[in-house]
Amino acid sequence: MTHNVEQPWLIDARDLKKHYSVKKSLWGKTANVKALDGVTFTLARGKTLAVVGESGCGKSTLGRLLTMIEAPTAGELYWNGKNLLEADRQAESLRRKKIQIIFQNPYASLNPRKKISQILEEPLIINTELSKAQRREKVLAIMSKVGLKAEHYDRYPHMFSGGQRQRIAIARGLMLNPEVLIADEPVSALDVSVRAQVLNLMMELQQELGLSYVFISHDLSVVEHIADEVMVMYLGRCVEKGSKQTIFKQPKHPYTQALLSATPRLNSQTKQERIKLTGELPSPLNPPPGCAFAARCRYKMPRCEQESPPLISHDGQQVACFYVQHVEA
Amino acid sequence: MSIQDTHSKIMPSKPLTPLQEFHVYFCQNRGALVGAIFICIMLLVAIFANFLAPHGPAEQFRDALLHPPVWQEGGTWQFILGTDDVGRDILSRLMYGARLSLLVGCLVVLLSLFFGVVFGLMAGYFGGGVDAVIMRIVDIMLALPSLLLALVLVAIFGPSIWNASLALTFVALPHYIRLTRSAVLVESQRDYVIASSVAGASATRQMFINILPNCLAPLIVQASLGFSNAILDMAALGFLGMGAQPPTPEWGTMLSDVLQYAASAWWVVTFPGIVILLTVLAFNLVGDGLRDALDPKLKQ
Amino acid sequence: MALLNVNKLSVQFGDPHSPFKAVDRISYNINAGQVVGIVGESGSGKSVSSLAIMGLIDFPGKVIAEDLHFAENDLQQISAKQRRKIVGADIAMIFQDPMTSLNPCFTVGYQIMEAIKVHQGGSRRTRRQHAITLLERVGIPDPASRMNVYPHQLSGGMSQRIMIAMAIACKPKLLIADEPTTALDVTIQAQIIELLLALQQQENMALILITHDLALVAQSAHQIIVMYAGQVVEVGQAAEIFSIPRHPYTQALLNALPEFSTDKAKLVSLPGVVPGKYDRPTGCLLSPRCPYVTETCRQQEPEIFEFEGRQVKCHYPLDNSGRPSYDA
Repeated sequence: MTHNVEQPWLIDARDLKKHYSVKKSLWGKTANVKALDGVTFTLARGKTLAVVGESGCGKSTLGRLLTMIEAPTAGELYWNGKNLLEADRQAESLRRKKIQIIFQNPYASLNPRKKISQILEEPLIINTELSKAQRREKVLAIMSKVGLKAEHYDRYPHMFSGGQRQRIAIARGLMLNPEVLIADEPVSALDVSVRAQVLNLMMELQQELGLSYVFISHDLSVVEHIADEVMVMYLGRCVEKGSKQTIFKQPKHPYTQALLSATPRLNSQTKQERIKLTGELPSPLNPPPGCAFAARCRYKMPRCEQESPPLISHDGQQVACFYVQHVEA
Repeated sequence: MSIQDTHSKIMPSKPLTPLQEFHVYFCQNRGALVGAIFICIMLLVAIFANFLAPHGPAEQFRDALLHPPVWQEGGTWQFILGTDDVGRDILSRLMYGARLSLLVGCLVVLLSLFFGVVFGLMAGYFGGGVDAVIMRIVDIMLALPSLLLALVLVAIFGPSIWNASLALTFVALPHYIRLTRSAVLVESQRDYVIASSVAGASATRQMFINILPNCLAPLIVQASLGFSNAILDMAALGFLGMGAQPPTPEWGTMLSDVLQYAASAWWVVTFPGIVILLTVLAFNLVGDGLRDALDPKLKQ
Repeated sequence: MALLNVNKLSVQFGDPHSPFKAVDRISYNINAGQVVGIVGESGSGKSVSSLAIMGLIDFPGKVIAEDLHFAENDLQQISAKQRRKIVGADIAMIFQDPMTSLNPCFTVGYQIMEAIKVHQGGSRRTRRQHAITLLERVGIPDPASRMNVYPHQLSGGMSQRIMIAMAIACKPKLLIADEPTTALDVTIQAQIIELLLALQQQENMALILITHDLALVAQSAHQIIVMYAGQVVEVGQAAEIFSIPRHPYTQALLNALPEFSTDKAKLVSLPGVVPGKYDRPTGCLLSPRCPYVTETCRQQEPEIFEFEGRQVKCHYPLDNSGRPSYDA
């Protein structure tokens, strides 16, 4: 890999926003759904950033923005110093080659009417000038890397199990030699033992190829195992960000604490006091003023219902919470 | 003992390709099988009409007008199904007529399928303005009664088989467009399409290579039923004098020419009618069988 | 006398001469008021076995059992009419995806009232009142106004609460929850499990919790049944089974959990996959994948027997240090 200037970050995202306008009724006003409302993060080479949150927090939207499936409404996105949001061909081809995606559902992410060979060769056909023989060679090489056999080359997706399909999806992600893989809940739909196999594969590939992952998940035990940095999201915003150790050992934001305590654990040593969250996620169509988590938060202060807390550093972590600010002061 | 030895005790079975799977399901349906066999026979008869037909289709036997079929009194083996009012052998005319009907059916279906798929793909994939324009035109076409529309078109451009086929194609088009569009709308949201777009697939590639193969099932079913519609409509046009012109042997025209003899010489109208009925039935059975075989939800 | 008595229950599909056994001669007992967790991965037969108990397995599946008793009723012998009386009233079931389990065409109130009508009857007013009470019990805020809401207007957590309300409407003796929280977020999951356990206590209801999430069931259940490829491989008390597993599969399930491995280390997992329809091994079903496999394991299917207070289906169950007991 040749770069003119070595930047410290592979991906530098600043204040990414994605708003959708939704028409509430035929003659009604259009409402603004803020799926993502200002997310900033960096990803270092060879590291894994885990994006954690429950449904509606915007983590999948973030994944789609990073692979440019959708364009952000606002914000900046840099790859190794280069602006990825420019509408030129170079930026587009760069994005495609460097950032790839793996989806959650192994049963929907492969075209049922295509053989594995066709699915895996497609990125090569579109983006490279390789001959048929060269493509076949490359596909077989990557297939063996992810643990598939040569005899699977001519088979159809429905002949494989969930775990094998996810391997195929990973192989497809690797075809263009990317540097970053966006993994959108890659193991959530898999059984426990298959999950372990696929996670092992992902970690091996990271070591071998120097890949960086943006690992989107709601499963904290998986995240604890595989992540370097963790970003916790709630209703389109980042509420806490930091290294894995700090987030799991000293979660500061009330939502992070609740999330950790709600995750079932067998190991009684790591059992925490059960924080009961009442109520549900507020509707993104009608977000409350102030902090989105205020309605369910046990440390709610009057200020929380009026202003939205900014992300502030508190020894090694970034937390968006007025209560934490208050306590740390 | 190694793992390999253990595996030899397990009986793996080679998974079926989609084509083999389809074949298994299709053959379980008796009706569809019978229909398929009938169509094959009809096809062979049409192709080899030259050798199979006892006489020429336009050959008139002036001394054998309105001869009854062989099993009735007065019938001969020379004219197995009897003759019509100008002495032409009905069996030969039916055989040659098969050529026409199958040809017209193929033409209409292929043309309407092709254009229907293209426009449907465009409407479903691009959405927005393209979709609006195409679908409004389709709505207008669907609002007009199909047979009347065909009649009007043929009347404007002149009665002939070719014009009648084009008119029927035009009339069948909106159904294919709608069908394709709704299938495309569903499939284009799926993860595998998004994955291909992340790999950089162009719109053409997405539409024709990635999405279309997954939309084929309802289209194939509609096409086989469309075949029977085309044959029926062609017969109707022929009956009204707007399709094939005499002396071309076409099943519908054969019916209209001899209506006045229906009471006295029943065989001149019955046999063409039966042949139309059976052919249409065969296509419908095959269409049902195809739908059952291709519909993933019905699979166990 | 056990509330539910299952003895050698099998569910078979396909050709009668070589059927596919989705569930293969499983046996267990459940007492009144007990919480039992059935754990297994996909293909283990855990859901199919519950559907069989409810009588929801249709042709081409075939249910065979030596004994299948619920309370006083022999579930294999009762008529369809009697079964309809029991199922839904004395035995209730809630499913995984609340969004598809509720009928989208009817309001939530209508569906709950229907469940009450079928089993208890009563006037419209009493049923409505009963329904509102149920909604309150399952923690739905402002229950009276929620009666007229359609399922698509509710979130996943709310829908699952509605399902639970329908299930407990007739005060069942046994509630089967088939992966009730798999489709829900983690914080909602915790709320729902808490609700189920609270209701279980209040009604003294037996609860079968079917899941693949070991940690979830460890906290909630008294007894755990571990299933693999249609067979029961281990039965024991929750606290013991997860600290000292006796069956290699249970051990492997525990080892595969990320929380038991050190940071970024390779997760221990069994090679291969659960045997499907076409590749059933002879002998023990785990033999192609088991790290402790011997020739006996490959030839002979083990019997389930009592070992150190557990039921284990293994020739060489594991001892206290996690090693197989080869020297018998």
